[in-house]
Amino acid sequence: MVPLWMYLAVGAALFCIGAYTVLSRKNAIAILMGIELMLNAVNLNLVGFWRYQAPENMSGQAFAAFVLVIAAAEAAVGLAIIIAVYRSRRSVVVEDVDLLRW
Amino acid sequence: MVIGGITPEAFAFGLFTILTLGGALGVALNRNLVRGAVWLIVSLFGMAGLFVLLSAPFLAAVQVLVYIGAIGILITFAVMLTRSMTNLRERFTNQWWMSAIVAGLFFLFLLLGVVAPVWGSLSPDQAPAIVGTTEQLGVSFVDGNQFVLPFEVVSLLLTAAIIGAIVIARHQEEEE
Amino acid sequence: MDCINNLSLCLRHSGVDAGLAEFVSIFLGVVLVATFPLLVTILLIWVERKFAARIQDRIGPNRVGPFGLLQPLADVVKLLTKENITPTGADRPIYNLAPPFMVAAVLLIWAVIPLSPIHYGVDLEIGALYFVAVASIGTLSVLMAGWASNNKYALLGAFRVVALLISYEVPLALALIVPVMLANSMSMVGITEAQWGMWFVFMAPIAAFLFFIGSQAETGRAPFDLIEAESELTAGFNTEYSGMKFAMFFAGEFMHVFTNGVLMAVLFTGGWIGPFVGELPLIGLVWLMAKASVWYIIALWVRNTLPRLRIDQVMLFNWQFLVPLSIVNLLVTAFLLQVIKMAGLTPADPGNFVQNIPQTLVLLVGNLVEFGGVLIMLRNRGRRERIADAAKGLSAPVHAVGD
Repeated sequence: MVPLWMYLAVGAALFCIGAYTVLSRKNAIAILMGIELMLNAVNLNLVGFWRYQAPENMSGQAFAAFVLVIAAAEAAVGLAIIIAVYRSRRSVVVEDVDLLRW
Repeated sequence: MVIGGITPEAFAFGLFTILTLGGALGVALNRNLVRGAVWLIVSLFGMAGLFVLLSAPFLAAVQVLVYIGAIGILITFAVMLTRSMTNLRERFTNQWWMSAIVAGLFFLFLLLGVVAPVWGSLSPDQAPAIVGTTEQLGVSFVDGNQFVLPFEVVSLLLTAAIIGAIVIARHQEEEE
Repeated sequence: MDCINNLSLCLRHSGVDAGLAEFVSIFLGVVLVATFPLLVTILLIWVERKFAARIQDRIGPNRVGPFGLLQPLADVVKLLTKENITPTGADRPIYNLAPPFMVAAVLLIWAVIPLSPIHYGVDLEIGALYFVAVASIGTLSVLMAGWASNNKYALLGAFRVVALLISYEVPLALALIVPVMLANSMSMVGITEAQWGMWFVFMAPIAAFLFFIGSQAETGRAPFDLIEAESELTAGFNTEYSGMKFAMFFAGEFMHVFTNGVLMAVLFTGGWIGPFVGELPLIGLVWLMAKASVWYIIALWVRNTLPRLRIDQVMLFNWQFLVPLSIVNLLVTAFLLQVIKMAGLTPADPGNFVQNIPQTLVLLVGNLVEFGGVLIMLRNRGRRERIADAAKGLSAPVHAVGD
């Protein structure tokens, strides 16, 4: 069987790639994609720990399911905001949305 | 069942890992955002495979349903609606190399914690044979002693998010 | 799958390595399950063309082979020899990936369908959810095809399809929950076996109706074929596809219609259940195909009878009629099941026809009451519309659904 640390390593790598996407991209949609990747990495860790530590107790899977729901809600609201911003500022580059910045 | 010293599980794990991480790299580095969205879907699909390997079939199916069927398509829609494709500018911020260093260091840090037992060793390599079933997961969501409250709160959150998304996306339309 | 295990055993006895034998037998099983629907599709093309022709008072294909039976082969040869065109500016990898995705989305459904008591690809405990998940891959394929073609008609067509598919997935999934509740199982095998006593179509006719409409919309067939409204969109998302790539979309669509018939058969009319199944399991396949064909013919009949709806009509019909109805139906069924449990009408032996009758009667009456309520609401609505129109002085109101 594949040991737990391999899953955790994949999760860590995924999280870091997601974090890099969030930090380095300019396009708001790309940033949102990075956040999705990070949430997925968290999910992988949750399910991995659940499987190897306490598979008879469903809390790991339940939490992962909650994270999925949050991710869906976040994507819906986030994309709605991005589209609203695009309508008013004609841009989805995060640096262009600087009305409240001084 | 072993073919050439590699168990099918290890083979599947390798395949899904490549899909997951390759897709993620595609998201991070691709200039073309629609392709980025497709890479994201590839990555999430690999993740669904990993869930299957971790004996969480329910999560795998929900992953495909929610991420590929809903979020992936939503993101593709948003890319097209905001014309992110037609006004391509620099894809990275000026500090992209700094982000790379931060992310890389963070990865090494995490890897240290995962591989080397610095903060106490991890559980045994063998997973327990007894696994909770999907039925138990379903019961745990409606069991008063387990997750019924978080479940209801999350449902409420989802409803609020849907209404919020509709209001935000539609409000501007009426002003125009 | 029983035959697979036996094949593996057989190979092992003839001296093949154990791991290899297992691999070969699983591989053959997968190939078998995947090829079967593809072969059926070839015949379906003929059935569909012939049936459409008869409805339209034509003869249909009759030149190639007896009764034109070899026409699909001629079609295949024609499509194979066509040039594969890739438009300029197309996003090549995505453009080439979209057609296989379409076929895969349908083929993957067959993995969980029980073909007979002992023949099924895999008995997933989340079979119903798996079906919904896999069906969403088809949506993705459409979007990829529309975008990668670099053609505005294709893109507009793809947008329409995606809006349609995502909307109709809601009543489809909600209707799917009803047989799951009745069978107490999400596994397709479990759902089929729960129908030994009584088919679910008698317990939940409204769910069957909703599922049928939803699946018809998922295939993009008339009256929901606005996605390829030739007069508005040339040919929808597959405008730029030719040759075998087009053939894949085409085959995917045909297979999808038949797969929906199979799903209707499995979920609502007992799948492989029929006489003599106990003695001769393979006959279950015949029953399944017969039931699926009935649903398939109904789908063809609907397709060839009804005119095309406009996109706003389709959306209104979904969000204002199907979705509320499916939610109410779900609640009513859940409530009635609780009532049945409390009243002690749950059959002691679910496989017994007579013991199932009280439960079925309660559910059927509940569904009929629900249906009556819907009819009354529709009538009142129609009356209000007519009064409003009369007030405006229109003598012959021409109306969209739910305007």
